[in-house]
Amino acid sequence: MDWDWNFVWEIMPTLIQGVKITILATLLGSVLAAIVGLGIALARRSPNKALSRTVGFLAEFIRGTPLLVQLYFIFYVLPDFGILLPPLVAGVIGLGLHYGTYTAEVYRAGIDNVPRGQWEAAKACNLSATQTWTNIIIPQAIPPMIPALANYFIAMFKETPLLSAITVLELMNQAKSVANTYYRYIEPITLVGAFFLVISLFSVVLLRWLEHRYGKIER
Amino acid sequence: MTQWSGYLGLILQGALVTIELTLMGSVLALIMAFLAGMGRVSRFFALRWLATVYIEFFRGTSIFVQLFFAYFVLPLIGLELTPLQAGVLALGLNVGAYAAEVVRGAIQSVGREQYEACIALNLGRWQGMRHVILPQALLIMLPTFGNNAIELLKATSVVSLISLADLTFQAQVVRSQTGNTLVPFTTILIIYFALALIISWGVRSLERRMARGLDGVRV
Repeated sequence: MDWDWNFVWEIMPTLIQGVKITILATLLGSVLAAIVGLGIALARRSPNKALSRTVGFLAEFIRGTPLLVQLYFIFYVLPDFGILLPPLVAGVIGLGLHYGTYTAEVYRAGIDNVPRGQWEAAKACNLSATQTWTNIIIPQAIPPMIPALANYFIAMFKETPLLSAITVLELMNQAKSVANTYYRYIEPITLVGAFFLVISLFSVVLLRWLEHRYGKIER
Repeated sequence: MTQWSGYLGLILQGALVTIELTLMGSVLALIMAFLAGMGRVSRFFALRWLATVYIEFFRGTSIFVQLFFAYFVLPLIGLELTPLQAGVLALGLNVGAYAAEVVRGAIQSVGREQYEACIALNLGRWQGMRHVILPQALLIMLPTFGNNAIELLKATSVVSLISLADLTFQAQVVRSQTGNTLVPFTTILIIYFALALIISWGVRSLERRMARGLDGVRV
């Protein structure tokens, strides 16, 4: 079967619609993952043992099970309990929760990497807990986290095709529907692959720059 | 009352397929990881270039897209694959690309003095690699390989979308036959988590075994 450029141009508008949803899902998912991760990281540092253990186990559980099954769970099981979510919302929650467990580790490492001396100095200067966090710890902990966080957001971007399984009309789903309508797979699927490859290559450059800009990180 | 025992059998059959896929995918990933990882540190430009292209391509495009490419597009250019073959191929090549970077990082993290000692002892490049560098690098790779294997296990759920009867697929079958969503999805979440725990436990005990006798050699 040959590559047909006319067909490529014909399906392009449909695919671009999918691209928009893919990017939207990634952005919303990233925001949610950043917030959920912070919540998990703080809960795990909590002096309340019951809270930190429970959250720790839940995070471990989410990280050990496939995103696809979690998406099914949110999309098909929650309606039984009366929570009916539109596909895109279910997808964003799935992405955000799943990657939140990964970003939590980034936050944890970032906070742990602030030297002990800084905590002790803050105490010696008679700063309150809030002052210590906002003025001493967070400004030092955030920059080294940025490349690692970006890394997970890029990984999340590459997982968005899974949302097609819960009927979100993102790029992969548009490509599949086009392929099924015209019964031509080679162009749509290759274009999807090329799109992800191009974005990833750009993101590699962005990551290098972030690593350069915000200092070295563990790889 | 639903006959759960029959459905449990179905899900266990799916678990066997998932385990089979994980094992075969891991073997392929391990082979690709060493080929590409050692290619990345090769003396020959062509080998380095080839390995880099492989790694960037498979890390840059989503596993889902690669699977669809293997299953729907390869037959069009005359390479007919069963769902299982397509699944093993996509999973192995994808995770192999991630693991190749682990191999490269571990080889490069072995101290310079070890390489110099190889030269001083008049070992050839391959001899030095085989007897001095790799035994030390392997220990550094192992924990990350464990994480990669868990990622592979989680990625196997995607093959359900090309009609391979794995855990996720069987859960969907049970869901459509019983109309119950909570039980099948909770069951497979627990099975996936148990499998992930087994992998991380196995890798940890392997690590302890291999670290035996190396105390004091490396910090």
